[in-house]
Amino acid sequence: MTMVQWWLRHRQKLNTFIDRALFGVIDRALRFFYVSGQAVMFASQSCGLVVKRPYRFDEIIRHMEFIGNRSILIICLTGAFTGLALSYQIYLGFKLVNATNLVGPTVALGITRELGPVLTGLIVAARAGGAMAARLGTMRVSEQIDALEVMGVDARQYLVAPRIFAAFITMPLLCAVFDFIAMMGASLLCIKVLGLDEAVFWDKIQQWIEPGDINQGMLKAAVFGLTFSAICTHRGFTAKGGAKGVGEATNEGVVNSMVLIIVANYLLTNLIRVFYTVSGIKG
Amino acid sequence: MSDVELNSAAIAIRNLRKSFDGKDFVLDGMNLDIPKGKITVVIGYSGTGKSVLLKHILGLIRPTSGVVEVLGKDLWSMSQDELNFFRRKLGVLFQYAALFDDMTALENACFPLREHRRDLSPEEIIEIAMHKLKISGLDEKHYHKLPAELSGGMRKRVGLARALALDPDVILYDEPTTGLDPILTEMVDNLIHETHQRHPGSTSVVVSHDLFAAFALGEHLVMLDKGKVLLAGTPEDFRNSEVPLVQKFLLKGFKKG
Repeated sequence: MTMVQWWLRHRQKLNTFIDRALFGVIDRALRFFYVSGQAVMFASQSCGLVVKRPYRFDEIIRHMEFIGNRSILIICLTGAFTGLALSYQIYLGFKLVNATNLVGPTVALGITRELGPVLTGLIVAARAGGAMAARLGTMRVSEQIDALEVMGVDARQYLVAPRIFAAFITMPLLCAVFDFIAMMGASLLCIKVLGLDEAVFWDKIQQWIEPGDINQGMLKAAVFGLTFSAICTHRGFTAKGGAKGVGEATNEGVVNSMVLIIVANYLLTNLIRVFYTVSGIKG
Repeated sequence: MSDVELNSAAIAIRNLRKSFDGKDFVLDGMNLDIPKGKITVVIGYSGTGKSVLLKHILGLIRPTSGVVEVLGKDLWSMSQDELNFFRRKLGVLFQYAALFDDMTALENACFPLREHRRDLSPEEIIEIAMHKLKISGLDEKHYHKLPAELSGGMRKRVGLARALALDPDVILYDEPTTGLDPILTEMVDNLIHETHQRHPGSTSVVVSHDLFAAFALGEHLVMLDKGKVLLAGTPEDFRNSEVPLVQKFLLKGFKKG
């Protein structure tokens, strides 16, 4: 069989494959934007319900405990090991140019501005966001949300608004815990294992790190809290189709949240930089 | 159109149409009156729009066109807050009870009272909820169990207690006996009957395809077909009906039973 014959025989299959791959990607991308847009609308409508009577303080506290308190152990673990690994890599790099006294501030900058909020966002999105989507999805398919509405209870005010508000409040606190533990891990490795001077390590951090660095990390964490809670509650609340639908809602909620957190992080970094430059804040 | 006068109807439905995809109509120009103070049983083959009709009565689905009036109020002319307030007059027993699975049986029964009767003390709320659970036939030893620890029949009892907590004017039952064994089916049917007797003046609407229950319970029967009311009337009207589909449904239903 010549090449031409082979090509003629297989081109239809190839065309179909390319079409499917191309349109599959476009389709998925469009769905991602569509679902994210819907989640933004859903969250903006739901957030206003926090200040509507009856106030749901009990629910907010309950969800803050779930999102915050129950995430502390996993945040501490990941924070400690992130601090250890990051400081070791930076030490190895800086040692080549005899700049090991800058390991502390470099690690601190990386953690407070980027790794702290992003990793906190990703971990809590996977843990609490997944739980939110699964819980609301199960309530939707088992008619519990219908039951709430039929009882004259605004389901979004009772179920969605407290979760979004709790995530918004709790995420900066978790980010602060992550930053602290990561810096403890980094200082432990640098001072006790790698033999860097303790006074220099902390002095350089004080010299280079501004409150603005820590604040921008906390602000990012709050936005990531809004992001994952909006997407996951929206996917759970609109789930349909039994156990399969709940599984898909949870999966899509977590994956979309993670992608959006990474994308939002880059956009926020630029926005904050512009804001700091315009307002003359050092950071 | 039914034989019931509009002014005696607890629920009045006019030219109700509903399509989910814009092409096929699940409810196609339905006209129906459900009389006040009686047990009305809505029957029909699967896919004739019984559950969709129930969701319209509850205001959970917005009609494509037409009017749904419950206790004289057009549900979709109300604001969301007004609708939420109005829904206190409705009680629903869902097909699988739809209990909140992180609350015990007692907490489930307390929930509507906690939400809407803020004038009551916690002790009074618990007292009322316990009374509702008792009249629904749930043994006291099950009050502090989660729904997952209760049997299907017990869950129905808790669901009924929750539905009755606010003493609603209209009680709706969505396929209350589907998936239950004959003993439990009889128990649930008796429960519906007793509940209706205990709440004089209340209107009960039972959506079911259990013909025995329909004839045993129903003072007024409605049969749906292709999104419309095929026949509405007393059980006697149904027995005497010469509509072929009604005869076929009765014949098959009673044979099966």
